[in-house]
Amino acid sequence: MSEFIQQLLNGLSLGSIYALIALGYTMVYGVLRFINFAHGDVYMVGAFSGYYLGGWLITHLGMSSSVLLLVIVLIGAMIFCTLAGLLIERLAYRPLRNSPRLTVLITAIGVSLFLEYSGQVFFGADPKPFPALIPTQMMRYAGLTFTNKELIVLGVTVVLLIGLSFVVLKTKMGMAMRALSFNPTACSLMGINNNVIISFTFGLGSALAAAAGILSSLNYPVITPLMGLIPGIKAFVAAVLGGIGNIPGAALGGLILGVAETMIVGYGEKIHVPPSYRDAVAFVLLIAILLFKPSGLLGKGQVEKV
Amino acid sequence: MSSPSTISHHRSTYPKLWLLAAVITSLLVSQFVQLNPYFSIVVVNIGINIILAVSLNLVNGYAGQFSLGHAGFMAIGAYVSAAITSFGGALWFQWLGGTNTFSVTTLFVGALLIGGLAAALAGLVVGVPSLRLRGDYLAIATLGFGEIIRVIIQNTDAMGGSRGFSVSGIYTTIFWTYSVAAVTVYVVVNLVNSAYGRGFLTVRDDEIAAEAIGVNTTKYKVIAFVLASFFAGIAGGLYAHFIGYLTPEGFSFMKSIEIIVMVILGGMGNTTGVIFAAVLLTILPEVLRPVQEYRMVIYSLLLIILMLTRPQGLFGGIRWRRTAWLRKKADPLEDGSAA
Repeated sequence: MSEFIQQLLNGLSLGSIYALIALGYTMVYGVLRFINFAHGDVYMVGAFSGYYLGGWLITHLGMSSSVLLLVIVLIGAMIFCTLAGLLIERLAYRPLRNSPRLTVLITAIGVSLFLEYSGQVFFGADPKPFPALIPTQMMRYAGLTFTNKELIVLGVTVVLLIGLSFVVLKTKMGMAMRALSFNPTACSLMGINNNVIISFTFGLGSALAAAAGILSSLNYPVITPLMGLIPGIKAFVAAVLGGIGNIPGAALGGLILGVAETMIVGYGEKIHVPPSYRDAVAFVLLIAILLFKPSGLLGKGQVEKV
Repeated sequence: MSSPSTISHHRSTYPKLWLLAAVITSLLVSQFVQLNPYFSIVVVNIGINIILAVSLNLVNGYAGQFSLGHAGFMAIGAYVSAAITSFGGALWFQWLGGTNTFSVTTLFVGALLIGGLAAALAGLVVGVPSLRLRGDYLAIATLGFGEIIRVIIQNTDAMGGSRGFSVSGIYTTIFWTYSVAAVTVYVVVNLVNSAYGRGFLTVRDDEIAAEAIGVNTTKYKVIAFVLASFFAGIAGGLYAHFIGYLTPEGFSFMKSIEIIVMVILGGMGNTTGVIFAAVLLTILPEVLRPVQEYRMVIYSLLLIILMLTRPQGLFGGIRWRRTAWLRKKADPLEDGSAA
């Protein structure tokens, strides 16, 4: 039983990463009705900015692993990725605001490839060791053993989710975001500058992806320029699972996916599914949700206007 | 996608003759022209990419369904045909008394066809549930299926799994590649200029209106999808018996993207443009070999710039008037514009 709870905890930890990335997908889809394929690579950029920032802080300023270092690197990476996201939106997506959706989709794929391969050119394709931002402490509670890192991942995710809910539900920007996802034309008639809101959404999503990048690197401290590809696709599946465009849905989808994947890896042999099928879990879930409830678990069916 | 129809109304005057000419030319070239091995490789790759791009164009360009999983069907065709020649080859040669041209040819053609049929079957299995979805969802669903196929292959130890599978015979020649390419182009062009083609275009231009006038959109989407998968499977078989070694990574999402870029560059729905783009994009990486590390960076930048400046592709929106000059004399009243 305790092993089950252990696996559950691992699953929630993994799921938090997916949830943070999925939020970015879902928010951008909500305001732009567009799937930002390059989002997974923003996660990678976040991890790498954390790598360079953390490395610089440790070697040049002599900082040691501590909560302070973690907080500084986290905030630094989030700021950097927000700027990166704003830049991408401005250069690649805004000129295509009125183009057919396919064109923007292809552009997103292009941006994704560009980020991955220029990352390989500039950072080198070899895997890099992420600096240890916080010393590992084993903790025991009620017969379970876990590291403080897993708790931090969960804790930071919860904090970010609360922050996001606050922004979306209680601020004017958030209200504008929600309005934009309902009806962009009416929004601009109400005196809202759509471009500003869209940029804000992109920035917010990118910040969350950066946080995911740092948190993920805490537990899996090896980073490569192509690390964003698979988590990006899985996070997208998570967003679809929860209902794309639906913010709580993305978080829920991420957690479900994380737990499902961990369970398959942990208990798969009992049902003759080898753990190497872990990547397929996401896609099977995707197919299942698209077949049975395409609007997602928490999504409302979209009525198509003719 | 609600772009104006880019129906190429051109009907080649003697389509069957062109097909025969292409096949015979490729046979002659294959027999009598000695290319150095490097050029042979590039030429065969061009042929295979033509098959892949033209077949994907049927789904993405003519039927307007955005499929991101084409590499998966290529993989099925590759692995199934490789399995047949590797595991069944010995038996077949035993039956037919040794390795002679007849037995090798029949084995190869048989393997290709069965590979294609397996891919077509997979296309049916994938297509029927997925084609109910629209736009972005269909893209992701096909992407998902493509990846599932790859993961399944990776976990099939009989076919080498991640380590790779060694194909028993290199049977692909320029003749086979270009004959198949010619047949693919012939089938696609004739299909598109038929009632089925009108069906595809209707589905692409406005699916809701099509349903409203009684066009069975699912049927047309599935036909396009299954046919495209068939040809992708055959292309996979040709590829397998050319490269000689298969790995699941070679059929990943990236491969699907490469083919999609060819279709988009050529102008979706324009077969000639797509062929041209396939040739161009097979030669381009070779030309960029001196800057190998920057190859993908340049490639992705080109993609972005292409979408920002000319999203309809190089040939999108161009109507071919090749044979209009032949017909102009016959009818002086025709203004010759809608060719």
